[in-house]
Amino acid sequence: MAEVAVAVTVTLAPVLMRLFPGCPHRVALEAATVAAVIDQLEGRWPGMRDRLCDSTPRIRRHVNVFVDGARAALETSLRPGAEIFIVTAISGG
Amino acid sequence: MSKTLILVGTRKGAFILESDQRRGDWRLRGPYCEHWPINHVVGDAAAGTIYGAGGNEWFGPAVWRSDDLGKSWTHSSAGLKYGEGEEPIKSVWSLAPSAHGLYAGVQPAGLFLSGADGAHWRQVEGLRDHPTRPQWNPGGAGLILHSLVPHPRDPRQIWVGISAAGVFYTGDGGETWEPRNRGTRADFNPEGQRYPEFGQCVHCLVMAPGEANTLYQQNHCGMYRSDDGGKSWQSIETGLPSSFGFPAAVHPRDPATLFLLPLNGDTAGRYVPDAKAAVWRTRDGGKNWQALRRGLPQENAYFCVLRRAMATDRHDPAGVYFGTNGGTLYASNDEGESWRCLAPHLPPILSVETLVVD
Repeated sequence: MAEVAVAVTVTLAPVLMRLFPGCPHRVALEAATVAAVIDQLEGRWPGMRDRLCDSTPRIRRHVNVFVDGARAALETSLRPGAEIFIVTAISGG
Repeated sequence: MSKTLILVGTRKGAFILESDQRRGDWRLRGPYCEHWPINHVVGDAAAGTIYGAGGNEWFGPAVWRSDDLGKSWTHSSAGLKYGEGEEPIKSVWSLAPSAHGLYAGVQPAGLFLSGADGAHWRQVEGLRDHPTRPQWNPGGAGLILHSLVPHPRDPRQIWVGISAAGVFYTGDGGETWEPRNRGTRADFNPEGQRYPEFGQCVHCLVMAPGEANTLYQQNHCGMYRSDDGGKSWQSIETGLPSSFGFPAAVHPRDPATLFLLPLNGDTAGRYVPDAKAAVWRTRDGGKNWQALRRGLPQENAYFCVLRRAMATDRHDPAGVYFGTNGGTLYASNDEGESWRCLAPHLPPILSVETLVVD
């Protein structure tokens, strides 16, 4: 069964706002998975996918995506109203 | 009046020092590129564009671009990737503007080409398709394509330096490549295997001005000159204090003048010999060497100068510049005869280049 896009809220690390001028701290969008969230971010701010994902493809080693408080992967499904945080991992600094 | 810029890549962003053609007073600005490690900063004098190559542990590789001499920057890595399942690109290590566009060397070693926008990349696949690639071994900094030398007039010809695969050459725009390492040593190999076809640890490859077939290289194991486009190499290390170092810089007009900065040895600490700093200059293609020390620290100097961290400018007399891994930038306005410190407290310096704009 095809997954259905649901309304979610994405909070982006402040450093991403500096890399993509005009990008807000919080973004409301509709997506079924974390991969679809990143698709939408890429559509709004071209180049953001390359900052968040490598060519494997997977979320970069030192970028963390949390969905409702749990660390997620590209294929993680989203519930309506999910809170997504995209942050830089302490391991990358 | 023309501007003279020193383009500095550091562990924590790019910096620019700006002066006029007299090069007396310098103004430092930066850090740029969001504090990313920037391995190489180059300028295209004709277009007035500055590019920065780097990679960030969080966000991966990118090429940064400024069209206003560093005041504002954009970044892109569109197309700067290998296929799914391959080891992802970690960082961009080298840049070279050419008649074909902008070339970029990356880690793990590969070559990419973009238009002048530096924003849309495609791989020059022939290099990664070379049959020796499965046997390329990483050097201390990883498997990096750090030296990029396009022919100044023939866009089909390019030389690259890869640590530790050696020098490779293409004469057909990148479709096919051949190793060009004959005469350079691999002292780290067992006896009897120290002159292989490839696998040498080239540290820096440069081309003499106006002499496309004259190349110089600083290698992990010696300093070398070639007069046949790299088909064969001759050692030029006699008269130097060691056979180890990283950077090499050519004179802007004299093909027989070369600047090196030998270090005390790969297992001896990799700092300047006897902790006394000197740039070494030849005026005769490597037959004779002179230590240039005036103004440089002559005691307790335990620094290293990395492979991209020395450059000349196009003025007459030529300026020479180098930056240390301790974050100090030195300059000479008289082809190395005397030196002064321009910036003592930068982050660790990874690259130094110059740009003169009219």
